[in-house]
Amino acid sequence: MILNEEFRLKIGLAEMLKGGVIMDVTTPDQAVIAEAAGACAVMALERVPSDIRRDGGVARMSPVSMIRGIQNSVSIPVMAKARIGHYMEARVLEVLEVDYIDESEVLTPADEENHIDKRQFKVPFVCGAKNLGEALRRISEGAAMIRTKGEAGSGNIVEAVRHMRTIQREMKQLTVLTHDELYAEAKRHQSPIELVEFVAANGQLPVPNFSAGGVATPADAALMMAMGAETVFVGSGIFKSNDPARFAKAIVKATTYWKDPVKVMEACDEVGVSEPMRGLDTSKLPAEELMANRGW
Amino acid sequence: MAHIGVLALQGDYEKHSRSLARVGAQTSEVRTAAELEPCDGLVIPGGESTSMLKLLDREGLFEPLRRFGARKFIFGTCAGAILLATRVENPEQPSLGLVDIAVRRNAYGRQLDSRVASIAGVGFGSMEAVFIRAPIILSTGPAVRVLARYGNDPVLVEDGRHVVSTFHPELSNDDRVHAYFLKKVTG
Repeated sequence: MILNEEFRLKIGLAEMLKGGVIMDVTTPDQAVIAEAAGACAVMALERVPSDIRRDGGVARMSPVSMIRGIQNSVSIPVMAKARIGHYMEARVLEVLEVDYIDESEVLTPADEENHIDKRQFKVPFVCGAKNLGEALRRISEGAAMIRTKGEAGSGNIVEAVRHMRTIQREMKQLTVLTHDELYAEAKRHQSPIELVEFVAANGQLPVPNFSAGGVATPADAALMMAMGAETVFVGSGIFKSNDPARFAKAIVKATTYWKDPVKVMEACDEVGVSEPMRGLDTSKLPAEELMANRGW
Repeated sequence: MAHIGVLALQGDYEKHSRSLARVGAQTSEVRTAAELEPCDGLVIPGGESTSMLKLLDREGLFEPLRRFGARKFIFGTCAGAILLATRVENPEQPSLGLVDIAVRRNAYGRQLDSRVASIAGVGFGSMEAVFIRAPIILSTGPAVRVLARYGNDPVLVEDGRHVVSTFHPELSNDDRVHAYFLKKVTG
């Protein structure tokens, strides 16, 4: 496990985001609402995932002017998404000095075999994962933060739970094995042995593990924290609810106070009778429409 | 054994808890005024100062923290330094005013300007300093003692009971700053 200075710094910023909420925003006005609600970072993107899902077509990196506008409107870190394998979009985002690049399955993949060689960049990357193998492959490519994929734009927490449970279970399993069993595990997870050894010894990933894809309510956010997420990404859940400012504030509160059910109840009560985003039954979606299946 | 709380509203509070445990402190996470009460000292970690500020305000923690700081020990790193300062720029924002310094947020620029540097501290000798979107201490009051500088900028200072660093000792494998703070608390 190469923990050189640059990689430590990249992980360092992710450490600063822990216990917080990272919110998808599409305009400077939304970014200001997110910051005022207590978001620890914003993700600048052209359309929230539920609109990408509805509109179809090819989803790409956001316009430069839009990212700049958001950077100029808030003091918290600004992240932006590049398509899987599209290292030129990533170069553009690096020049823009975004704080983090999300090589994201929410956008249409640009390469169906290779992810971006993230070690070649100074800017840190976050990547999605459905299982431990995917997480470790992304880390070996240089990702400094992992987020479970969930199912973006679904407003349904079931996929996020599935992916977090899977990664946590696969990590726990490694911790009880003897060293001679780890080689077969590396093969099974299609991951470098050094990273498998790290997880076996520490019971956790060498980088922070956040959760994304389906958080729509304060209780959803608290649930993901309780399951082992260190921070929560909220995509469509805020600006597709009918009261974004209230949902944003309440989700921040529930994330910080997830250990205290009374506070989580207060957070749920803060949204009053405002409605969360309308969700999708992900089990009814055909496999080719699941964003989580993008990435390899 | 001294009991050091770590403000756990947001940020790298877990890293601080580990550093404190290694130097022999009893630690607990602090998210409410009631959890603050039994502590002998408090660490305010790195993270996003605006996020912490919103939660301090909404959860009614601002005044309890101020009262705590008036009689007990606080160590703030990065965002913690911003919250403890008397004056904050870029943008201007409220702060606890417990350490007589003026700070400028994100003063070294965006993430690409974060770095690992080597600094020399008074009584510490050479040590590693991890800066991440770090603030700059623009000025220090007469009672403030500068313990370390990076270039010309103070990066580790103390003001009476309180210690502030603009870098992150909790991200280095070097617990001397935490040990120093613990020693102030235990006397």
